[in-house]
Amino acid sequence: MSKNPLTRLLRFLFFAVVVRAVILVALGLTVRNRERLPKDGPAVLAGNHNSNLDALAMMSLMPLRLLSKLRPVAAMDYFYSSSLRGWFADNIVGIIPVKRGSGKEGGNPLLLAEQALDRGEILAIFPEGTRGEPETLQAFKKGIGHLAKARPNVPVLPVFMHGLGKALPRGSALLVPFNVIVSVGEPLYGKESYHAFVSELEAAMTALAAQEKLPVWE
Amino acid sequence: MILGIPASVVYATAAIYALLVVAMLIVALLRWRNPGERYSEVASRTDSWWWMIGAFTLCILLNQTVAVIFLAFISYLALKEYLSLIPTRRIDREVLLFAYLAIPLQYYWAAIDWYGMFIVFVPVWMFLFLPPLMVLRGQTEGFLRAVGTLSWGLMMTVFTLSHMAWLLVSGDAVNPVAGGIGLLFFLVVLTQFNDVAQYCWGKLLGRHKVTPHVSPKKTWEGLIGGVATTTLVAALAGPYLTPMDMRWSALAGLILGIAGFLGDITMSAMKRDLGVKDTGGLIPGHGGILDRVDSLTYAAPVFVHFVRYFYYP
Repeated sequence: MSKNPLTRLLRFLFFAVVVRAVILVALGLTVRNRERLPKDGPAVLAGNHNSNLDALAMMSLMPLRLLSKLRPVAAMDYFYSSSLRGWFADNIVGIIPVKRGSGKEGGNPLLLAEQALDRGEILAIFPEGTRGEPETLQAFKKGIGHLAKARPNVPVLPVFMHGLGKALPRGSALLVPFNVIVSVGEPLYGKESYHAFVSELEAAMTALAAQEKLPVWE
Repeated sequence: MILGIPASVVYATAAIYALLVVAMLIVALLRWRNPGERYSEVASRTDSWWWMIGAFTLCILLNQTVAVIFLAFISYLALKEYLSLIPTRRIDREVLLFAYLAIPLQYYWAAIDWYGMFIVFVPVWMFLFLPPLMVLRGQTEGFLRAVGTLSWGLMMTVFTLSHMAWLLVSGDAVNPVAGGIGLLFFLVVLTQFNDVAQYCWGKLLGRHKVTPHVSPKKTWEGLIGGVATTTLVAALAGPYLTPMDMRWSALAGLILGIAGFLGDITMSAMKRDLGVKDTGGLIPGHGGILDRVDSLTYAAPVFVHFVRYFYYP
């Protein structure tokens, strides 16, 4: 993220004005268990992924005074495919880039994310890895398990969101207003087996989804 | 006139705030004598009333354009809430944008007092225009359900509620006492008052259920007590806010009370069918916007056409 004060001001205005206005007027969030959200970093918010708006909606759950600590973890190949998008992702959204599949080459793809947690930052992460079919939960990737194992004292909160995939699904540039339900789960902590952690997180997410009476959308 | 606002409307506004202060004191007393969870919902309800009455009175008293935009925004929130609650087809996503587009147009007809267009736009033009758009998407599965739910939703959230805007604009010519604003005040304040009165009478005396399968909390005692109270208040306030004398005002109050109740249970039936308790979480203690304007969806058109039939040239 840029240290340039002008870029930081732009980032603040983007989140304080543009994002809040869109969330408030075009969407409208109903947040369940808001009191479970972390009061400060380090923390990880793990959401289901349906739309490009997911990260922005998740970041809007946190107060603006924590904005400088809020970073979404995002795939490099998508955001760095054009230079304008890359600049926007780096400086305005403030992403922590991850190279998809780089774990198989022996590197640690989540090194930057671990460093951010060490600085006390709050990460928004989408363990499904991709938006996929809108409003359908997919199997989680293992990265979140590795991250939680590497930083076992950092709370990981499952955040179930419904509606953003209807408002702005993959492959569409047209936003159609829909209300959004956000349900925050109890914090989970990393354990010895990353595999067990991923299963636990998936189960927590499925349980949050099952508590909601969601309309059919097909 | 006080600051360009009819004096009786100013007094009515003051009376509403006085009532709100009294309600707040009663709730504070109840909570003081009985701390804990028991009255916390009533307290958040009362807090929300401050916001709702504050926004309503501010926008309505500011000027007519602001008032119409404010009412249009309520329709928008209601339609958005409705479309988010009901099952919709993925393929109709873009068609729903056209349904939203009906809102500015419908409120524009109201704002320029073009009654002929205002009254046919949703039930004729939108009713005919949206189904072919869905047909052109090329999926017939679920077509009837999609068309039916969208048409009913537009009627309930846009057509019926927009009667408030048309009453505000057209009322000036027929109501020398307090203008369109006086008529709108009479309609909205009494309908909301009727909800609260039915709730209070039901809490105090309610025993016999009206609609045990739809809305088990509604009782005959609440309904009759509420409608009677509304009729009484209408008879007292009507002559100052509307062109009606005391007897006609009482009749209007009676109609408002019954229509409000019908709107309420109609929306309750929809919620039951969808399996939800509240339509949303916009208003703490109340639920969604549809939970708050449900009675107005019936009361607004019924009252407007009642007044139009008997008092418009």
